[in-house]
Amino acid sequence: MITFPWITTLTMVPVVGAIVLLALGGRNKVLVRWIALAFSLVALILTLVLWHKFNTVADGFQFQELHTWIPSLNAEYRVGIDGLGLLMLLLTSIVVPIGMLASWQIQQRVPLYFSLVLLLQSCLFGTFTALNFFHWFIFWELSLIPAFFLIKLWGGSKSAKAAMQFLIYTMVGSIAMLMSFLAIYLATKTFDFTELAHLAQSGQLMPAVVGKLGWHLFTPEHTAMVIFLGAFLGFAVKVPLIPFHTWLPSAYSEAPTGTTILLTGAMSKMGLYGFLRILLPLFGVQMQQVLTPLLWLAVATVILSAYAALAQTDLKRIFAYSSINHLGYCMLGIFAVVKFTGGDTALTAQKFAAMNGVFLQMFNHGLTAATMFWFVAMLEKRTGGLRGLNDFGGLRKVVPVFTGLMGIVLFSSLGLPGLNGFIGEFLIFKGALPLVTWATALSAIGLLITAIFILGILQRVFYGPLGEKWVHLPDLTIGERLTLVPAIGLMFALGLYPQLILGVVNHTAIQMALNLRNF
Amino acid sequence: MSPMSGYLLLSALLFSIGLAGALTRRNAILVLIGIELMLNAANLNFIAFWRYGPNPEALTGVMFAIFSISVAAAEAAVGLSIILAVYRHSKTTNLDKMNSMKG
Amino acid sequence: MNWIVQNLWLVPALPILAAGISALAKRKSRVLAASLAIGSMAISFLLSLWAFAHVLWLRNHGEASLQIFDFRWFQFGNQWLSLGWVLNPLTAVMLVMVTFVGLLIFIYSVGYMAHDENFTRFFCFLALFAGAMLGVVIANSLLLLFMCWEIVGLTSYLLIGFWYSNPKAAAAGKKAFIVTRIGDIPFFLGMVWLYGQSGTLLFYNGGAGCLEPSAINYLVAQTTTIGICAATGIALLIFCGAVGKSGQFPLHVWLPDAMEGPTPVSALIHAATMVAAGVFLVARVYPLMSAHAGIASVLTTSTALQAVTWVGSITALFGALIAVAQYDIKRILAYSTVSQLGYMMMGLGVGGVSVGMFHLITHAFFKSLLFLGAGSVIHGCSGEQDIRRMGGLGRLMPVTFATYAVGMLALCGFPLLFSGFWSKDEILHAAHTWNISQAPFYMGAFAALLTAFYMSRQVFYVFGGKSRLAEETADLSHSLASPDTTNHHGSSAPHESPAVMTIPLMILSVFALLLGFLGTPAWPWFQSFLEDTQAPLDFSAFSTGGMLPVMLSSSVIVLLGLTIGWWFYGRKPIESVDAPDNVGRLSPSIFSALGNALYFDAIYGATFVKLNTQLSKISDWLDRWVWNGAVQTVTQIVFGFAYLDNFLDTHVVNSGFDGGCQGVSRSGQILSLLQAGRIQRYLKIVAGALIVFTILLLWKAKI
Repeated sequence: MITFPWITTLTMVPVVGAIVLLALGGRNKVLVRWIALAFSLVALILTLVLWHKFNTVADGFQFQELHTWIPSLNAEYRVGIDGLGLLMLLLTSIVVPIGMLASWQIQQRVPLYFSLVLLLQSCLFGTFTALNFFHWFIFWELSLIPAFFLIKLWGGSKSAKAAMQFLIYTMVGSIAMLMSFLAIYLATKTFDFTELAHLAQSGQLMPAVVGKLGWHLFTPEHTAMVIFLGAFLGFAVKVPLIPFHTWLPSAYSEAPTGTTILLTGAMSKMGLYGFLRILLPLFGVQMQQVLTPLLWLAVATVILSAYAALAQTDLKRIFAYSSINHLGYCMLGIFAVVKFTGGDTALTAQKFAAMNGVFLQMFNHGLTAATMFWFVAMLEKRTGGLRGLNDFGGLRKVVPVFTGLMGIVLFSSLGLPGLNGFIGEFLIFKGALPLVTWATALSAIGLLITAIFILGILQRVFYGPLGEKWVHLPDLTIGERLTLVPAIGLMFALGLYPQLILGVVNHTAIQMALNLRNF
Repeated sequence: MSPMSGYLLLSALLFSIGLAGALTRRNAILVLIGIELMLNAANLNFIAFWRYGPNPEALTGVMFAIFSISVAAAEAAVGLSIILAVYRHSKTTNLDKMNSMKG
Repeated sequence: MNWIVQNLWLVPALPILAAGISALAKRKSRVLAASLAIGSMAISFLLSLWAFAHVLWLRNHGEASLQIFDFRWFQFGNQWLSLGWVLNPLTAVMLVMVTFVGLLIFIYSVGYMAHDENFTRFFCFLALFAGAMLGVVIANSLLLLFMCWEIVGLTSYLLIGFWYSNPKAAAAGKKAFIVTRIGDIPFFLGMVWLYGQSGTLLFYNGGAGCLEPSAINYLVAQTTTIGICAATGIALLIFCGAVGKSGQFPLHVWLPDAMEGPTPVSALIHAATMVAAGVFLVARVYPLMSAHAGIASVLTTSTALQAVTWVGSITALFGALIAVAQYDIKRILAYSTVSQLGYMMMGLGVGGVSVGMFHLITHAFFKSLLFLGAGSVIHGCSGEQDIRRMGGLGRLMPVTFATYAVGMLALCGFPLLFSGFWSKDEILHAAHTWNISQAPFYMGAFAALLTAFYMSRQVFYVFGGKSRLAEETADLSHSLASPDTTNHHGSSAPHESPAVMTIPLMILSVFALLLGFLGTPAWPWFQSFLEDTQAPLDFSAFSTGGMLPVMLSSSVIVLLGLTIGWWFYGRKPIESVDAPDNVGRLSPSIFSALGNALYFDAIYGATFVKLNTQLSKISDWLDRWVWNGAVQTVTQIVFGFAYLDNFLDTHVVNSGFDGGCQGVSRSGQILSLLQAGRIQRYLKIVAGALIVFTILLLWKAKI
């Protein structure tokens, strides 16, 4: 049966947009912006159509397309989505228009900028839908190129260095990952995620690989561990996990804020997606073996990044560290899930909770962080690029609406109940506490520190006496308010009715948790 | 002392005089004359070795000498014309001034 | 199911809706915001009365007075997470109290905040607070309770920092939020733990709820790695949340600072309702708190309740001690609130839900009365808050004085007539009969003495003697002027407040007087209502169980306290602003230590706050130097290899080739010297060669 190739269409829409923009040239900047936005909105609508058509209780992947591509390498073009993939598509489709709106004031090389953004979107779509390592990896690497140029060409004064650091860091991780996958390919002759997952589940994957590559100096366990660590590095850098994170603060703070939105809102999810889609099904056993150090890494990520955020004075750097902190909870949830529980039903139910929490937290963090950086962009636009904590004070008096709306987003990031941040964190903690008690309890410190630095921002930027310099700061325009309404409305909607997302991803979460090999 | 030794001594003398002239004079024409002298010393040797050699009846020595003299004449003509051309160019026949052909 | 049970959600939802609408309203729409808030609160109050009546009706008809309504919220894994609300006597009492006190304070605020430019915003926050607080009250799920609890914290933060351009207010708001969150983190973990153990967060669910016997028995049977049973661990963690919210020692430091907020906020949030939410929480999860590890140990007190008692009694004494040495009218009341909250906790610990809750309800009325009275005083004195600069207001503000006196006597527990007497006496009596230790009783009794003393001190300072306000106007630089100053008329003479403010005072003072009679030992209607038993009218209860001696001794204590207060402050009128405190003269060092709240802020600043700052610096340093340094080291090593490779290339590989080329080139140069263009030099070479050849030939010929 031939069905409409939804996913390929979705992936191609931004590419077409990019070509149109480049062909159009830079004479009419306003037109270019609107066309770019229109293409991203088309992608959003397509995603919503997929959301609508998605069957929330079916097993496996939906909207699959399969074409042979390079038969000699057994590389197929195979795409499809499950609940997780769909959630990531939706997040990308929401974050990209936000990034575009936050880049509205960019004046140089406008067509190039927006076409790079659209290309990045396409790469993200590709990454989140690919089911074969071959073209998954191509999309994964390809996404670096637009990101690199977006940071380098439109970024701040040290953007060249930051962009290079970003590129090299992620490349090193990717190469390690590629080596691991080549090793797996040599043994199994397949790149297909589903087949590899089946092999791993039946316990044949690693023996096959080790049998092929067995090296007399290493025991089979060690060889398997080395292969796992290679793949792990690729994703850990991308998430990022402390101590592989040092590219992130400089990249986030040097990139133009519109690009930072894409980096934090969508690209940071690529790493987590990789953990969920690739590491969990393929390397569950290896992750169990090194669970304790992994948990320490997650706890360190949560706590140290929260504390590091407390020490920053640049708003973008604070939010960059806050971003690491929030993704640290996701890592905690993912690591908790791999803990061996021998199929105990009560603990399996906790795994379901943690998994759902991770999904929800991924989406919520993308939405909240993107909106938060959007506010930074609007602030920069008004202040001519100033965004230090100490540059302001008492702004609430002149920009009450800005303060109120940004306050909502800040409290969403803090995890206030009623807004989207809370339920994700609650589910992660609920699931993780019975599984990995001490790590979870320690991570709760992060919740407190987050409150401290977020209230610190409110206190130092918006409260206190108003500085002379800012008396004429303009408040949000009607247009800005209207564009913010959907994002903030979504925060309230998800905070009050999380079933909106959980209803879609729950089945996938159950399957992922059950597919973890317990032995 | 055989008669040939006398000829040979004479030609050696002539050669030495020619060589000395060619090496010491700065005037290009005099150098050319010195060279002619050396050439003629060689011609004298040809004749001497032919006349007192093993086959005096074959006219080889005369043939050599005649060729050599005609080549020398042509060479002298070319040499003199070069000297003339150089002189026209640089208004001198002093060889020390003529070093534009160095490597 | 009854309509009111099904639609109990309307009680919190209406104020929240009002808050939502006024949040979208323009700054100028004052009337809209105020009428929305007051209107929604009034409807909520009526609904609460209905709910209360329904509970009464259920009791009178012998039906179960615990009604729940649960609904599914979201699904994860194979289970649904349900939320719901519960209507039982505890809920009903709290609902009526919160809506009634809230309504009065809303009305009062119309007068108090009349000149504030953010009037609309104020009512928006206030309504949101009321909604969230009512949510806490009706929640039948610990999760829903926690969510509302956090929103209550948010509104408290917003309202303390309401005058945001004052840095002190901004800092106080932040402090309040963070200190309460320190307690909320263990609460959160306790909740998650409870969820993991019992599989539900619903309190009551037809036998399957987490507060119902099967779950409690299961929790008691579980032991943890640290040796206590799961029920105790969870109860202690949840109690941490109550400690933070209710300003219990050692997390009390935020409550006095919270007085930076507008006075109606102090009355509503930081006296009557929110701070009592911690007490309410303990009362709500009382079955968990009182769960025992043993079987036949009904008579012993659980570890969690012992902790509650000790924390409560320490707080009661501690707050009363510090209140003695304060000069700010609102701070005295704030420390008094801390102390009274300690009493409530102690009451819960030693006597059970009804004992603690009775004091909670009476306290809510008389303490909000006192705060509103203080607000009226501050309003009348153009924002002055220092009691040394007041005096003589009894004549100028008669209504305020009369109502304040009622509130003060109720707080002191003046015998027989005032509500505070009955509720406090109940606690002291329960503490007296506590089976663990007598210390809480003595601490409570001493705190009662101090309470009577510091309240009489305050009243004599504020209302007695002659006015010292004139001195203040002469020396404005000393003024502790709060931001209230900017929000009121600059009229210099103290004046009585408008009716919109005094009428709530009068209503509250009536309740402060009469409410105690609902819970006297002779007719403990309130207690039996909460405990779901029938209350007989029985005057003999006074003479049983050691009740009479306790009542007598506490009466004596109160009278003694009042007398000491009169002796020091009322006997001779206080002459001037700068006159040292009459008690402070006895021991200035102790008095100043108490005045500085025993330096708790400084101690925390030097320890926890500093530690936190250091940790943040350390992790920033780690980030910059260690993690980044490691990466930089790797980079430098890679660069090092690159340089080495470059060196090998230029100096070994390249130099061989270059040397060869250069040799060829140089030899060419040398050879070109032969080609000097000198004919005679060529000839010399020819000559030399000739000579050499000749010599060679001769040499050969010789051989």
